[in-house]
Amino acid sequence: MSPLRKTDRRGFLKGGLSLGALSLVTGCDLTDNEPAQRLLWNMSFWNDRVQAWLFNPNRLAPTYPESAVDRVFRYNAFYPEEQAPQLDAATYRLELSGAIGDRRAWTVDQLYQLPQTSQITRHVCVEGWSRIGKWSGCPLRIFLERVEADLTKKYVGFICADGYYTSIDMPSALHPQTIMAFTFADQVLPRKFGYPMKIRLPTKLGFKNPKFVVALSVTNDYPGGFWEDYGYNWFSGS
Amino acid sequence: MVPADQIATPRVPPIVLHSLLVRITHWLNALAIFIMIGSGWRIYNSEPLFGFEFPVWMTFGGWPEVSQHWHNEEGLAGALQWHFAAMWLLFVNLVVYLVYGLISGHFRRDFLPLRPREVMRDLRAALGGRLVHNIGERNAVQRALYIGVMTIIVLTVLSGLSIWKPVQFQELTAVFGGYDTARYIHFFCMAAIVLFLVVHLTLTALVPKVLPPMITGRSGR
Repeated sequence: MSPLRKTDRRGFLKGGLSLGALSLVTGCDLTDNEPAQRLLWNMSFWNDRVQAWLFNPNRLAPTYPESAVDRVFRYNAFYPEEQAPQLDAATYRLELSGAIGDRRAWTVDQLYQLPQTSQITRHVCVEGWSRIGKWSGCPLRIFLERVEADLTKKYVGFICADGYYTSIDMPSALHPQTIMAFTFADQVLPRKFGYPMKIRLPTKLGFKNPKFVVALSVTNDYPGGFWEDYGYNWFSGS
Repeated sequence: MVPADQIATPRVPPIVLHSLLVRITHWLNALAIFIMIGSGWRIYNSEPLFGFEFPVWMTFGGWPEVSQHWHNEEGLAGALQWHFAAMWLLFVNLVVYLVYGLISGHFRRDFLPLRPREVMRDLRAALGGRLVHNIGERNAVQRALYIGVMTIIVLTVLSGLSIWKPVQFQELTAVFGGYDTARYIHFFCMAAIVLFLVVHLTLTALVPKVLPPMITGRSGR
């Protein structure tokens, strides 16, 4: 089953094309003209479908011993570390929307009482670097089942406190290693790595692992993503 | 009866040096390699493995200034789009060529046998300027170069696959020594292809008569 169809992304495609047209005004080369843009976007959609087909829901990402963990983990975002949002547990709420039966918002305390599992996995960045880290938290599948989400929908979308947003396909959301991470390196998730909750899934590239998640939605309407809308491949499976 | 004039000066039929399929796959491969290397250099620049970056004008994937202005990123997205689009051209073209080469006898006929002793002999002759180029024949050095670059391209595809899918193809990634090591192997494969291209293009420039047959298929004698 392919989790996405081209029709879902037509508006998105138009957005991409208009960006290409804008580029024409400021300077033009092979990438910035429309037919090339259209071809590249279509190839990226094709790659989404190929990756959805390649994705094996039972295939686990390699795990590593404690000794393999990178002691100094790399910070990465579209802004410097000191600008990372500082969320307050007293006021934080995880808002739920879309095809979810129980849409009551969640507090930090409620989240941290969910059953938890830990993993030592490799975080691979789209830029090429990788780091091995340890995260613990609640499998997203358990959370989605608990809030009575419609697991037949195509997408799970995330909105973050820093304006970032991204979305993943439902099969990846239900993968056993996809977790709502509450700790990093056995400590409460540090501010720079997404306190109080980030989504950790080792089956996708780093930018598909949103930090400071404040809203979660289950939907059939393609939610896009911050980098994805600029041209990073949406599925970006590892 | 054969006309007398043809007995006197037998007409030599034009010799097909490169079949149509070899010519098409050669130029499609050239295009794919060009895009893969250019976009690959841009991707490399986003996280260099060594203490240097490729000059931006040599890289592929749109204007970095435009990307910076609109997207707050230095042209990585465009390079990735080109890389992951052209990989299909490279891959499909490679499979077509390899299958053709195996079943048509092209590999056996044109690239074999490969004997180290002959390679050394022809290499010494070539470096001493004594190697005669007979059109339509490949000397042992050429055979070694072509077999070598084909092997390298296959390795480049496989190491690239292991970087792209270190979870789904984790056994392959393990063969290449894990994700981080596979990136180095992918880089060195690229470097080997670039070295091949330097030799390949230099030799073509020195013996330009080899170029038309790769377009028309026929020797110009």
